[in-house]
Amino acid sequence: MLDVRGIKKVYESRDRTVEAVRDLTFTLQAGELACLVGPSGCGKTTLLKIMSGLLDPTSGEVLLEGKRVQGPPPGMAVVFQEYGRSLFPWMTVRENVELPLKQKKLPATRRSELVEESLAAVGLAEAHGAYPWQLSGGMQQRVAIARAVAYEPHVLLMDEPFAAVDAQTRADLEDLIRDLWHKFQVTTLFVTHDIDEAVYLGQRVLILSNSPTVIRDDLAIDLPDQRDQLTTRSSPRFAELRARVYEQIHRVKPAVDKESVAPAGVG
Amino acid sequence: MSGSPAVVSPAGGSTAPVSDTAALPRAPRRRSMPQAVLGLFGLVALVALVEILPRIGVVPREYFPTSSGIGSALADLVGQGEFWTAVLDTLQGWALGLAIAAVAGVVLGILIGSSRFTRELTASTIEFLRPIPSVALIPIAILLFGTDIESKLLLVVYASFWQVLIQVLYGVQDVDPVAQDTARAYGLGRWARVRYLIWPTALPYVMTGLRLAAAVALILAVTSELVIGNPGLGKLLATAQSGGAIATSYAIVVVTGILGVLVNVVFRVIERRALSWHPSQRGELPA
Amino acid sequence: MTGILRRVGLMFGLPIVLLAAWWFASANSVDFFFPPLSKILESLVDEWFGPRLAADVVPSVLRLLAGYLLAVVLAVSLGVLIGTSRTVRGVLEPVLEFFRAIPPPVLVPIFMLFLGIGDGMKIVVIAFGCMWPILLNTVEGVRAVDSVLSDTARTYGITDSARLRKLVLPAASPQIFAGLRQGLSVAIILMVISELFAASNGLGFAVVQAQRSFAIAETWAGMLMLGLLGFLLAVLFRIVENRQLAWYHGLRRAQRSS
Repeated sequence: MLDVRGIKKVYESRDRTVEAVRDLTFTLQAGELACLVGPSGCGKTTLLKIMSGLLDPTSGEVLLEGKRVQGPPPGMAVVFQEYGRSLFPWMTVRENVELPLKQKKLPATRRSELVEESLAAVGLAEAHGAYPWQLSGGMQQRVAIARAVAYEPHVLLMDEPFAAVDAQTRADLEDLIRDLWHKFQVTTLFVTHDIDEAVYLGQRVLILSNSPTVIRDDLAIDLPDQRDQLTTRSSPRFAELRARVYEQIHRVKPAVDKESVAPAGVG
Repeated sequence: MSGSPAVVSPAGGSTAPVSDTAALPRAPRRRSMPQAVLGLFGLVALVALVEILPRIGVVPREYFPTSSGIGSALADLVGQGEFWTAVLDTLQGWALGLAIAAVAGVVLGILIGSSRFTRELTASTIEFLRPIPSVALIPIAILLFGTDIESKLLLVVYASFWQVLIQVLYGVQDVDPVAQDTARAYGLGRWARVRYLIWPTALPYVMTGLRLAAAVALILAVTSELVIGNPGLGKLLATAQSGGAIATSYAIVVVTGILGVLVNVVFRVIERRALSWHPSQRGELPA
Repeated sequence: MTGILRRVGLMFGLPIVLLAAWWFASANSVDFFFPPLSKILESLVDEWFGPRLAADVVPSVLRLLAGYLLAVVLAVSLGVLIGTSRTVRGVLEPVLEFFRAIPPPVLVPIFMLFLGIGDGMKIVVIAFGCMWPILLNTVEGVRAVDSVLSDTARTYGITDSARLRKLVLPAASPQIFAGLRQGLSVAIILMVISELFAASNGLGFAVVQAQRSFAIAETWAGMLMLGLLGFLLAVLFRIVENRQLAWYHGLRRAQRSS
């Protein structure tokens, strides 16, 4: 479905070279819900931008349904962390969700079906006419998710979508993602730095190392399919998996850290 | 401060030097070199174009002197005492008018802005007077003062006063209500509040207002010389043009442009200084 | 109810007091330069809202609008082109800054050289003078389109003309409007100035004629007329801006209160 093969990304500026991602390879199966977890600043965003065709890799390639990704592919939707900056503030909620559909040249009746359905699915059936900035952060992110779902993507990428919302909202949104995934069966890659969130959401967790990034482990999450915040999170298996991911991430305190905080462009 | 949405750093951040500087408010410093080179190239290209176009007859040469023609006229001008007197006259009117407008704008702005009642009372009057074009005052300035410096000052002060006043009003309203209450709770008097609370908050706005006012003041100083005939660059231009000294006319236009650029640059630097030690970040857009 | 009364009082209080003060202070004025306000208003109604409205005011306003609209179209389209490319921006920015820094009225004697003194010259002067603030603000607005928003548009295949209409222009619109506002005040100045040099009709021309023939009340009335025109245009501008930028003002309020 989605093949990431030998991706490497090196940033070069005049006075230094930074290897953000080193040789990443993994495959997502159709209909899978996988989480990609790694420490802050480990190149997750870089990887996601490469996968979504927003950034060219230094070497390696990404294949979506067998076709090489060069520029954003039509069958992919991305939900960004910065919900406040990814919705068009001059458009209403409805217009935001509808815009990509217009761009796909869907007929008006189909568009309004999709808009209705997706907004209802994220619990915002009443908010059509509002502007994004009139909504709370969590609601704005729901709009962004509705827009992605309405687009009927084959692959849905989410870049730390809940990193900037409060804890309660976050739990609700996590459950929303599971629900939507059950309902629409979209292949989903969910990027996060939160270990609990990764284990709770995913069927599978890919663990990234610190930069330069490699895949440290690929873990199947054998928790029951019906999950809820209370019982799942307090189950012993959850704790085991969580501990396992934690160990992997913290296995080696990386020495490269020093280099990565070196000030840019001084001197 | 919930601030401008354009300056949030991306999540994946500490290692990756952000590749698209579109997200940053200003290009990082190490990029400024090529920008300067590009800009220089643009200016050179402009000069070359102005040299070539009249020569090959794309534009009529009798109305469009070449760069070299303008350059030699400029060189002539620079050698004349009359030219420097004109520059000084223009700058004098500009500086005096700007100073009067700045003082009046700041004092009135703080007086009006620090109380909600006076703000609301004067709002409609300000909204009416502000858009009145200062050139509307030209006839009465001529009638009252002729070509004395007062007529120039009238235009300059009227035009630049509003720029300062409006910014000061924004600035005074920007004072943090919590800080305002704190100051009151600690019994700071009215003067102390102005001195330690309102003035520091409003200062960056004052600087923005001054920069805008400085540009407008120069325009009006030259305009008044041109139209009313006060001594200065504008009058020099009118004389050159009516005497058929075309290259000289262009040279004077270039000089006014250079003056304008200098004024902008100097005030932008001052403004940036004032902003740099101030915590609040703010856009230039009138809200 | 008292709230409305209070607002009305605050809105009209000071203007009424000021006008009354002018009215009474000048009522019996024999000073040649300061005629009674009643005389000025009489002239305003009889002359400026009388025969001169069609003869002078309308031609001026038409030239103003023609020049301004020309500038808007040119400056916004050029601004989008320039703002999109880093290199073009780098090359042209100092040149544009220079043109913006030239006090626009000095262009009048220059443009008169080859465009004569007709309507064409005046329209070109107005357009040329007021396009720089619009152009530079458009460049700046286009440059500063949010990167996340831009990425979002790309991932949803919003490119080319849709990108321009749905993303770039709306995102730059607050900056563009700031430029349009500056440009409008420059345009009014140039409307007047271009008529002072050489003209056979127009508001600026007529006011100066009145001043030269020492028709003082008429001069004052002409100045009032110019003031009214400036005010009216500012009000119209604000109405358009408030409609177009309603989202932006709402967004700013939301950000400020959070």
